[in-house]
Amino acid sequence: MPEEENSDLVSLTIDGVEVQVSEDSTVIEAAEKAGVVVPHYCYHPGIPTRPAQCRVCLVEVEGQDKLQPSCKLPVQDGMEVHTDSDDAELARKSVIEFLLVNHPLDCPICDAAGQCMLQDYAFETGQLQSRLNEEKLVMGRDRIADDILYFADRCIICTRCVRFMREVAQDDSLVVAQRGDRAYIDTFPDEDLDNPFQGNIVDVCPVGALVHEDYLFKARAWDMDKTPSICPGCSNGCNVTLDTKENQIVRLKPRYNGEVNSYWMCDYGRKHLVMGNRGVRTEVPLVRQGGELEPMDWSDALAAVGERLGGIEGGSAVVSPDACNESLHYFRRLLDTLGVPADAGSYRVEQGEEHTLPGFPKLTLREDRAANGTGADLFGFRRVESWPEPEPGAPLFVLQETLREAPESYAEDASFFLYLGSHLSPAARRADAVLPVTTFAEMAGTFTNHEGRVQRFQKALQPPGIARPAWMVLSGLLARSGDGSPVLDAADAFGEMTDERPEMAVLNWGRVGLKGQTLDSGAGAEAGAGAR
Amino acid sequence: MAFPETHERETRTLLSRHMGEEEARTLDGWRERGGYGALEKALEMEPDEIVTTVKESGLRGRGGAGFPTGVKWSFMPEKGDDPHYLACNADESEPGAFKDRELMRWTPHLLIEGCVIAARAIQAEHVYVYVRGEFFEVIRILNRAVTDAYEAGYLGEDILGSGWGCDLTVHVGAGAYIAGEETGMLSSIADGRAEPRIKPPFPAQSGLFGDPTTVNNVETLSSVPMILDNGADWYRQWGSDDSPGTKLWCCSGHLNRPGNYELELGMPLKDIIHDVCGGVPEGRQVRAVFPGGSSTPILSRDELDCETTYEGLSEAGSALGTASPIVMDESTCIVRAMRRVAHFYAHESCGQCVQCREGTAWVTKILERIERGGGEMEDLDTLYDLCEQMTGKTICVLADSVVFPLESSLDKFRDEYEAHIKHDRCTATA
Ligand SMILES: Cc1cc2nc3c(=O)[nH]c(=O)nc-3n(C[C@H](O)[C@H](O)[C@H](O)COP(=O)(O)O)c2cc1C
Ligand code: SF4
Ligand code: SF4
Ligand code: SF4
Ligand code: FES
Repeated sequence: MPEEENSDLVSLTIDGVEVQVSEDSTVIEAAEKAGVVVPHYCYHPGIPTRPAQCRVCLVEVEGQDKLQPSCKLPVQDGMEVHTDSDDAELARKSVIEFLLVNHPLDCPICDAAGQCMLQDYAFETGQLQSRLNEEKLVMGRDRIADDILYFADRCIICTRCVRFMREVAQDDSLVVAQRGDRAYIDTFPDEDLDNPFQGNIVDVCPVGALVHEDYLFKARAWDMDKTPSICPGCSNGCNVTLDTKENQIVRLKPRYNGEVNSYWMCDYGRKHLVMGNRGVRTEVPLVRQGGELEPMDWSDALAAVGERLGGIEGGSAVVSPDACNESLHYFRRLLDTLGVPADAGSYRVEQGEEHTLPGFPKLTLREDRAANGTGADLFGFRRVESWPEPEPGAPLFVLQETLREAPESYAEDASFFLYLGSHLSPAARRADAVLPVTTFAEMAGTFTNHEGRVQRFQKALQPPGIARPAWMVLSGLLARSGDGSPVLDAADAFGEMTDERPEMAVLNWGRVGLKGQTLDSGAGAEAGAGAR
Repeated sequence: MAFPETHERETRTLLSRHMGEEEARTLDGWRERGGYGALEKALEMEPDEIVTTVKESGLRGRGGAGFPTGVKWSFMPEKGDDPHYLACNADESEPGAFKDRELMRWTPHLLIEGCVIAARAIQAEHVYVYVRGEFFEVIRILNRAVTDAYEAGYLGEDILGSGWGCDLTVHVGAGAYIAGEETGMLSSIADGRAEPRIKPPFPAQSGLFGDPTTVNNVETLSSVPMILDNGADWYRQWGSDDSPGTKLWCCSGHLNRPGNYELELGMPLKDIIHDVCGGVPEGRQVRAVFPGGSSTPILSRDELDCETTYEGLSEAGSALGTASPIVMDESTCIVRAMRRVAHFYAHESCGQCVQCREGTAWVTKILERIERGGGEMEDLDTLYDLCEQMTGKTICVLADSVVFPLESSLDKFRDEYEAHIKHDRCTATA
């Protein structure tokens, strides 16, 4: 076995550090493995072509007289590469100087400041002052799509955006126009960029030339907190980072996962969450007393609800496909305790048009516009087109479904109506008890995506009021009737869930990690999970 | 259209023999002059034999780099299922060069014949002739000749009943100098932007549409028929060991008789200038020469003894390039001339490589400022620095094309730059 593995590997040294990489790697990849980040602009690991055109990644290779672009240069056994030789460093420094010739250096008002590969390298090579005595070329800005602005003067013509569109989105609408220092990025006359994945061009832009208009001037990079998460927009489960500021989500950025979304995400997912948080939030538990919903603290509310549940047998339930696995697990347990028949629990998934990213088809904006329909299935909830009208006079239990689209009379005649949710819709106000729970961004937990990959998200926001994760509320409620003990930590909730559910037994909190683990990832399938 | 008289030292027997003869353009006229005889011969030869003959002749590429043509052909992989292509570079845009246009205007069938022979040698089924878009007359003439050649069976499926055939398409360029760089040209033919790409892979491995391709210049291919007709040894009677044969010299600038001259390789540069071209007008003196087109290092008056072979000009610190000496007399301001040259390349940079895109433009701006008055002595150091950083670091050599003339002019005419800076105007030509 070991020999077989080694046959694909070559050894080389990067600045004297020996590394072994597979023989189809390029030098820049080998350098990364050796812990050396070679500056690069045109190279992007997710975009197939390597035009080696920006010439900033030049390195010295023993035995070659010319500096070589490391992004394109294939590794060879025994190669000795110097990224830190005087010539290589000078060449890189000069590329930065050249780039600054026509660059406005308007960092103080640039949205990319703080996460700009030009600013970074300019600082690194110590030259924000150029020798330039001439006037800079001024080209201005342009709208390149209805939500994306292009600042031509900041553009360094790395063509990442054009190549993302052409090669990954397989859409030819973006081009380089003109040539030389008059070159700029444009669409064809009278044609706009209109592609469900176009937002990625903003992410691949190494400088502040492409900017989402929604995000313009909203936040400085260093003011934002970043939390690894999962896009809740559809069942694809793209890995994302939530950028938050002052307890608000400012934007979503794709987070690399080679098994799910590569470096990309769709535009629907970007907007869905930032725009979608409408409606009145639940902040404190509300329990109906004498006809009115009365605010209570958690222990009183759980005591009151526990008491009411004592006399209940049967009923029906509705869950949201946005609820996480852990919450669904405890909800299912509660329903079992109360004798609610398994097929009396249903969920409904909003549907939308499907769009596949041609260059990475695993990234598909799925028809199911919710993160955890697969989870709802797994816990035995029945998928319906519209929720069945609850049986009059019977109890009704709702988990996280906002009921925003429920008919006006929905749940009017329920004998007891328990609502665990984050938003207070008109239908929810009819509940006998409203238990405020957090949205996924305010808690930790897992979703199961369309192909059975269980993925973790982390807490990015403080919940409003005293809202809690549904799994915490539900485990507390169960504990009151002597069923287990309250769970305060997502890892513990996950642990209980996987212990109790044989189909989830392969899962492990650590292995799910930041890249997820599939339900069929038995010992043999290990390699696929989370590999880069 | 009159054609200039032949100079006694010209070898007007080979490439340019029929220039100026209207009938040579027509198929009949061409056949009367022995045209397509070499093709008939080639059809009886194995591809390998053709390659060997051209290799032995020592013919070197006339597009600028001077790479041995037969050797280039031998890089083509063995013919398999993938198509092979020949791309003829007729984009001639180097300032100073105007030989390919004349060849195509007067003897279009010579080029077609050369293309078909070369296609057979590299087993290409399709030839693309990439003609500079502004060559309206040439395009008309070539199209006419191609139609006639098809009709007469010199092009098409089964050429002259040999059972072998190839097609030829005249592809009209869209007007960018950089489309003359071979990989840029291939991208342009395939509907892309004329942008050079990094090599390897070389065109012979992955060229047009990703298939094995050879790129040759018009003059290169036009030299092939006579070599096949007469043999490699015959061709080697002219020129030197390393630079055999004859070549068209495009002589321009301050000359009494500028023009195209077919000369045996090796004539001293000063003889071309003073003898063949009749020297500089009004008894003025030569100040400087770009011997091989504007992208070659500048030579001063004292350096004109060199032999005009590839090796001779390289020993003189310059290059044969496209064999297009641009002669500048004492009325020329070197700063201004360099500014014009730099401006051309800045304008023509495709814009991919940072050093080229920004460097050529920056250099131009500095030169403009010096020319205008407003230069500083430090500018000269900056120019040297920029030259250093623009050399050998880009995808193609367009960036170097500014550096070669600029750096050499700084070395050789520093006093003129300094005087310019000191007096804020040109004093050399006052
Ligand atoms: C910027 C640039 C422009 C060029 N322009 C031309 C041209 O107009 N015509 C040409 O034949 N070769 C041109 N070349 C050279 C070609 O790349 C190529 O080497 C040549 O066509 C090969 O033909 P040959 O081997 O017959 O010389 C150019 C090269 C560069 C770098
Ligand atoms: S807009 Fe950004 S990504 Fe596109 S070419 Fe310019 S710098 Fe590169
Ligand atoms: S495909 Fe789905 S999960 Fe991925 S970004 Fe779009 S909405 Fe989000
Ligand atoms: S050197 Fe200049 S012309 Fe050549 S590829 Fe680079 S930018 Fe384009
Ligand atoms: S990153 Fe290698 S040349 Fe641009």
